[in-house]
Amino acid sequence: MLRKKVTIGMLALAAIAVSCKPKGAENVVSGDAASKVYVAPGKYDEIYNFVSGGFSGQLSVYGLPSGRLFRVIPVFSVDPEKGWGFSEETKPMLNTSHGFVPWDDLHHVEMSMTDGMADGKWVFVNANNTPRLGRVDLKTFRTAEIIELPNSAGNHSSPFGTENSEYIVAGTRFSVPADGDASDVSIETYKENFKGHISFVSVDKNSGEMDLAFQLKTPGVNFDLARCGKGASSGWFFFSCYNTEQANTLLEVNASKNDKDFIMAVNWKKAEELVKAGKGKKEAVKYAHNKFNEETHSATSEIKTSVTVLDVADHPGLVYFIPCPKSPHGCDVSPTGEYIVGSGKLAALLPVFSFEKIQKAIANKTFEKESYAGIPVIKYEAALYGEVEKPGLGPLHTEFDDKGFAYTSMFLSSEIVKWNIKELKVVDRQPTFYSTGHLMVVGGNTKKPYGKYLVAYNKITKDRYLPTGPELCQSAQLFDISGDKMELLLDFPTIGEPHYAQGIPASLIMDKQAKIYDINKNKHAHFTNGEANAKVVRKGNEVHVYLTTIRSHLAPDNIEGVQLGDVVYFHVTNLEQDWDLPHGFAVKGADNGELLVMPGETTTLKWVPDRIGIFPMYCTDFCSALHQEMTGYIRVSPKGSNVPIKYGLGDKFVTVN
Amino acid sequence: MKKKIIYFTIVGSALLLGSCSGGPEKGNNQNIEKREVSDYDPERGEGKFDENNVVVGALDGAMAKKGQAISETKCMSCHKLSDEKLVGPGWKGVTDRRTPHWIMNFITNPDAMIDKDPEVQAQLELCLVRMPNQNLADEEARSILEYMRENDGVK
Repeated sequence: MLRKKVTIGMLALAAIAVSCKPKGAENVVSGDAASKVYVAPGKYDEIYNFVSGGFSGQLSVYGLPSGRLFRVIPVFSVDPEKGWGFSEETKPMLNTSHGFVPWDDLHHVEMSMTDGMADGKWVFVNANNTPRLGRVDLKTFRTAEIIELPNSAGNHSSPFGTENSEYIVAGTRFSVPADGDASDVSIETYKENFKGHISFVSVDKNSGEMDLAFQLKTPGVNFDLARCGKGASSGWFFFSCYNTEQANTLLEVNASKNDKDFIMAVNWKKAEELVKAGKGKKEAVKYAHNKFNEETHSATSEIKTSVTVLDVADHPGLVYFIPCPKSPHGCDVSPTGEYIVGSGKLAALLPVFSFEKIQKAIANKTFEKESYAGIPVIKYEAALYGEVEKPGLGPLHTEFDDKGFAYTSMFLSSEIVKWNIKELKVVDRQPTFYSTGHLMVVGGNTKKPYGKYLVAYNKITKDRYLPTGPELCQSAQLFDISGDKMELLLDFPTIGEPHYAQGIPASLIMDKQAKIYDINKNKHAHFTNGEANAKVVRKGNEVHVYLTTIRSHLAPDNIEGVQLGDVVYFHVTNLEQDWDLPHGFAVKGADNGELLVMPGETTTLKWVPDRIGIFPMYCTDFCSALHQEMTGYIRVSPKGSNVPIKYGLGDKFVTVN
Repeated sequence: MKKKIIYFTIVGSALLLGSCSGGPEKGNNQNIEKREVSDYDPERGEGKFDENNVVVGALDGAMAKKGQAISETKCMSCHKLSDEKLVGPGWKGVTDRRTPHWIMNFITNPDAMIDKDPEVQAQLELCLVRMPNQNLADEEARSILEYMRENDGVK
């Protein structure tokens, strides 16, 4: 039976025909699954699920067990629906050393932690393409900060946090020459010139603000995923590495030659001490650090020019390699911190390493004869706790429950495999549809997993949903893991390609929500404090409209005196102070997004009229029974026209001569 | 009760439904709260204020000035100081028509009162817009009341 599933799963990869549908797929859902995912109208879900939006560049928020989508939080890609990257206030958030970048590829999420437990303050996410970290504030469900990572390329091994979020760590997928003038080298000189960089980004405990504290320079390999040690392995960090062959072409062949690649173990406490002792070297780089200020409702972008780099080859005792079969992807630490599970995506077994044995091997110098680029390589058997035999094909990623079990996703054989951590015995396996990448257990990366639910994030859905042309949706599959056997409850589609996700009990987040922005604390430079202060001001060829919104009118709603060649800025202040009452704003012909202005907030739309005439503007977010009346007109006259600036509402008009 | 008062606003239907069902409770065990309309006292309104904790006397000019500043930010988009209706009714005479604590309750707790007060419900049919909850702090509400009193000629 297993063999059959395996074969079928592999066929599914090729995404061929309906005839490949595994037999019995219809029967895997048992009778009471529907009642377990039914959240009655008006009731709340038990779990917030933060799911990577993959190549959409955004972060999605689902409820579990219902699988209902609550929100798509724009992070690294523009979002015209929310004005993200379109309003003047949010444009700086997408600034990089390359200039404004409107898109990225968001793979992984990491919730902030206190004592090894998710605390519901922030979610950190990675931009894979133009390496960056983002921080989403869970009081506002908005991106609060984005920091670019220099010396990095393909920020895949990211973001992974320490037990108290002292650092969020980001490893480069592509090793590249360090940024700067010396980076113009022949690609064939990979082995000589290409280096890995692991960024340690510190996080302020109270404000959440990030700072690129230091980077570790490593031999040139590809870093895939990582996990911080916890409990027994506190103070250490583990990274999966592939392409230890250091190939620079046809990696699918040339980076798959070695029987074993590595897990890199880093004593991060020691790295921190070395940096504090001034052992790092300042290097000239260029990276953007963007912050959104909740009081000015505006982002700033600062280009920073220096980073402290610690070359791991210069500091014995800082880094060790542990052989791990065949291009490991996942590198996951058990809840107690005692075990590190490597998931070699081309391997037919799962190695489980013991932190205690790793420490003994280091103390006794039980190393391979040959180091790797000057870094000691611990003997495989000396670090190994044991192997899970024949778990399935293509193990990718492992998380843990609250009862001593581990769950590993199998990409090639399309299944989830449950196994006992201590005994290394497979106890259950369930098919997935199809080709699961990451999986997550609620709290499955923490010291005390919440358990109960597991979600598989699948790359291919093929025949699972109504077809939608050449591109089909990707999906999540929810399992109940509270019993001995995993039980499939629900399929639901996701945005973009879901990579990693994390879940947290709703009770840790729902009561902390900001409902409005206090208008009395609005410090936006173009805030309009009440409708009486609404106005239109010409400054050379700039026209600044200080506009207010409240149910159900814009003030002013008639504007004249704008001329062709002017640049118009609508500074829209939403005077509402009630929850769930944003107003939208749009003007005809603007080559821009809309604005979506939260209660008490000020947001700016830039508009360059391209012709003369009358241009309607209106509220885009249904706000009241008189929403359709929430409109206005702007008149655009030829350049040099003698039409004065005139604006107003109702029977109050002002003419500026 | 022939006195006509204040007004209202309809928010998004979601909020309206939320309010009609008693509003979402915290936690996962929210229940639909059924309250009898007969609990409602139209003389007092519903909220934390009553004749004991809202006491008015001679006009406090400084307080009225504060109330003016707050109302210019939060209220005057929809109300005039005269008796003329804008989006909602004009303020002139409101302190003669309503008790001070009714006003305080209504401006700090509009949704509950819009759902229960028969006269306010009748007013909703005229204005078609529920009065927004502008999240007034107690002192803010009190100073707006003082500004309304000044507007009505209290010395």
